Amino acid sequence: MLSISNLGVTFTQYDQGLRRKQLAVITDLDLDVKAGEVVAVVGASGSGKSLLAHALLGILPENAALSGTMRFKGEILTPERCRALRGKTIALIPQSIGYLDPLMTVGGQVQRVAQLAGRAKAEASASVSKTFARYNLSETVRDRYPFQLSGGMARRVLVSTAVVTQAQLVIADEPTPGLHPDVVVETLNHLRELAVEGRGVILITHDIEAALQIADRVAVFYAGTTVEIAAAKDFLSGNLRHPYTQALWRSLPQNEFIPVPGNQPSPEQLPVGCLFSDRCDWVSETCTAERPQLRELRSGWVRCVHAKG
Amino acid sequence: MRIKALLIGATIFAAQKLLRLGLLLIAVAVFTFVLLSLSPIDPVKAYIGADMMQISPEQQALIAERWGLDQPIWSRFLDWLGQLLQGNMGTSLVFNQPVSQVIALRFQASLQMLAIAWFLSGLLGLGLGIIAGALQGRWIDRLIRLYAYTLASSPTFWVALLLLIVFAVSFKVAPICCAAPPGVLSGNVTFWQHLHHLLLPAVALSIIGIANITLHTRQKLIDVLHSDYVLFAQAQGESLWNIIRYHGFRNILLPAITLQFASLSELFGGSVLVEQVFAYPGLGEATVQAALRSDIPLLVGIVFFSALFVYTGNTLADLAYPLIDPRIQLGGQRSL
Amino acid sequence: MILMTLIANAPNRSPKGSPNGSPKSSPKSSLKAWRQNNRRQQTITAIAIGSIFLLGIIVSPWFLGESGLTTVLTDRNQPPSWAHLFGTDWLGRDMLRRSLHGLSLSLRVGLLAASISAVIGTGLGLAAGTFGGWVDAVIIWIVDVFFSLPHLVLLILIAFAVGGGTQGVIIAVALTHWTSLARVIRAEVLQLSNADYVQLSRHLGKPSLWIARHHMVPHIVPQLLVGLILLFPHAILHEAALSFVGIGLSPHLPAIGIILAESMRHLSTGYWWLGVMPGVLLLISVKAFDWLGENVRSLLDPKTSQE
Repeated sequence: MLSISNLGVTFTQYDQGLRRKQLAVITDLDLDVKAGEVVAVVGASGSGKSLLAHALLGILPENAALSGTMRFKGEILTPERCRALRGKTIALIPQSIGYLDPLMTVGGQVQRVAQLAGRAKAEASASVSKTFARYNLSETVRDRYPFQLSGGMARRVLVSTAVVTQAQLVIADEPTPGLHPDVVVETLNHLRELAVEGRGVILITHDIEAALQIADRVAVFYAGTTVEIAAAKDFLSGNLRHPYTQALWRSLPQNEFIPVPGNQPSPEQLPVGCLFSDRCDWVSETCTAERPQLRELRSGWVRCVHAKG
Repeated sequence: MRIKALLIGATIFAAQKLLRLGLLLIAVAVFTFVLLSLSPIDPVKAYIGADMMQISPEQQALIAERWGLDQPIWSRFLDWLGQLLQGNMGTSLVFNQPVSQVIALRFQASLQMLAIAWFLSGLLGLGLGIIAGALQGRWIDRLIRLYAYTLASSPTFWVALLLLIVFAVSFKVAPICCAAPPGVLSGNVTFWQHLHHLLLPAVALSIIGIANITLHTRQKLIDVLHSDYVLFAQAQGESLWNIIRYHGFRNILLPAITLQFASLSELFGGSVLVEQVFAYPGLGEATVQAALRSDIPLLVGIVFFSALFVYTGNTLADLAYPLIDPRIQLGGQRSL
Repeated sequence: MILMTLIANAPNRSPKGSPNGSPKSSPKSSLKAWRQNNRRQQTITAIAIGSIFLLGIIVSPWFLGESGLTTVLTDRNQPPSWAHLFGTDWLGRDMLRRSLHGLSLSLRVGLLAASISAVIGTGLGLAAGTFGGWVDAVIIWIVDVFFSLPHLVLLILIAFAVGGGTQGVIIAVALTHWTSLARVIRAEVLQLSNADYVQLSRHLGKPSLWIARHHMVPHIVPQLLVGLILLFPHAILHEAALSFVGIGLSPHLPAIGIILAESMRHLSTGYWWLGVMPGVLLLISVKAFDWLGENVRSLLDPKTSQE
């Protein structure tokens, strides 16, 4: 359904004194999503997860330049096509209730989303009713304002915004942090349901545990690049390919709970070679000389020359 | 349940507002009284004016006694306050009419001008602010900002003077003064003549208010356009102008309305100057007359009335909050 | 937990925030220093130009003397020309010279009134912030009462009550312009009072006044300076307005407001320059004060002027 290869996002910034400078915040990002599957995108903040969502929706700031290719249903996604598809075929489930207008009723806003997706007014209203009923939100919720919703309700309303569009690709941006564990499970189940209905779901998160609960595959981002794409079961079976993924997995409390030492490189000072080279135990001269290519390995993908089959 | 809570809220709100108004008017009364008592102006002399030479010292003392000027200051104050509370603001020396009557008559004339100016400045300010904020950084934004900043430092009366020169003297499309054509009795003025004389002063007065509301609206809209909910609206495919229509407008309206009601104070002050330039017989012109001709009762009456006017504006702003922002309840705090 | 480790490891890569550059690379930072220096020089140049312009207007009467102010009946009602940039009036007097004389007087009156106002505002702001309690409550209440009356009505009332004339204008303007400065100073003092070193002094038993003098004043002086400069345009505009309606300076002292009021009488005859030109000069002076204030602010407090 969606395939992204060698995506790059560069920001042009004006430093003091109007000096131009280029910041490569995403380099060589790869991802593919099939209909009916949940792909989790995992990485630290600054790894380019949210920017990927913004790129797909064509809402990057004006000073951003894109390179590489994004294909949706086989056709190239140009910025124009992004603008045409967003809200109709590609939908975003935002992070928090802060993404709803505080002064507009919840029903009015979801209705507006449905209308933007191309439905007539009456039809849109009916679909809001149907969706709210599906998520156990009573009709009175439509007249409430965002500040009057409980945490669980707010989550369901946000999921509703994607459902009323009947989008084929749904991007959920960090849907779980700060929620009660029950609500986390509920929200994740809702996302899974969307995939069961035949949609493609991208789950952007930094919570690997949450991701593994519903994801079919997990893409691990590091410093704006894809370092590994693995099946969810690979994590439990120890079939991980990239040293960063392995380190992340070990850093979980229920595993060895060892944090990964060091920091992600800043986009102002990206190394010439492998982006992870300065924190890697396996580092060699080949790593620092040239960026490794993404290659297929053990029915997954990895960007590391040392990973073995 | 909801209605009951609303009623209680409204009652508390009204009680608070009335109490505050009472305290404010007492404060204004004390302030005005002390100020005028300390003043070197002899009220008897001011009352008699040019006829001073013809009045004997005995007669002057008699007037002073009748006014209670021989009493100690606090008893004079209480006496005066008592008269005020009974609604007796005294008689205007200049107009030889009860002060309340002069104010009522003059305010009617000013009110139309103030209302037109208020709506014009509100609408134009909001419109210019939205255009400038939506097109931030473009040439039109720069132009609007330059215009607003220049207006903000222009003397009000000079702007009125310029308008008079351009429209009344050069183009001759507006009358040069007054509220009616010369020689026409106020009863015989037609609606169009009335509007014709009203419009230029009102426009002059509105120009003062535009700058403030434009700059505030612009800044607020820029803040809104950088918000998360606007980002989400963009992700749904909402266009810039629809974002402003559905989200921007709602969110900039509250600060704009607050500002607009707060501007009533400045508008009232501006009317004093504008009415002076256009020789328009309104309350502002009466204020200047009262001060120039030592009409203390009228001046005090206008001070009280203007305090009431400003207070009404602020109260209206408070009433407007809950209509626009559901998070704010009347008589209560922000429930979040 | 995972969240925390991941975030702790992540450098700030936000594309919006201004990148903090690399402090190690010396050519970059020296370039930056040069630019900042340059900006500093630009600001100082702006302040110098503004000050010289305004000072020039203020001292101009002493250089011009009485020349051009005598009646020359052959030169009556001349529109602006090279000989008379602002034209001449109905007595043949040069309007540029009259405007400079008037504006100089208005600026001096405005500056004096604004300075007194600043002293009042500073005193009350310091008192409210330092003593707190009922002193603070009373001062806040006075500020509220002042805000509850239209500014011009208050000015007229005070100017009238003290007997009008030049002293009336100065007192009226001085008594009504201190409120916003008092608010700013009070807020600053309250913020400083919560600072650790002030708390420490208090625990050591230093008296309030000692704390005010040693810890507050050094922080408040820059605020005061900027507040004072930004007070000038308001004070000058209000002085001009009062004189214009006839409650301020007497007609024998032709301040800029009086000159503009006089021009009203000659409007219908088409002598537009009598009203337009002095007003333009007044507008430019007011803008110059605003400009000066903004530049001094960015020099003293760069944080607030990072547009």
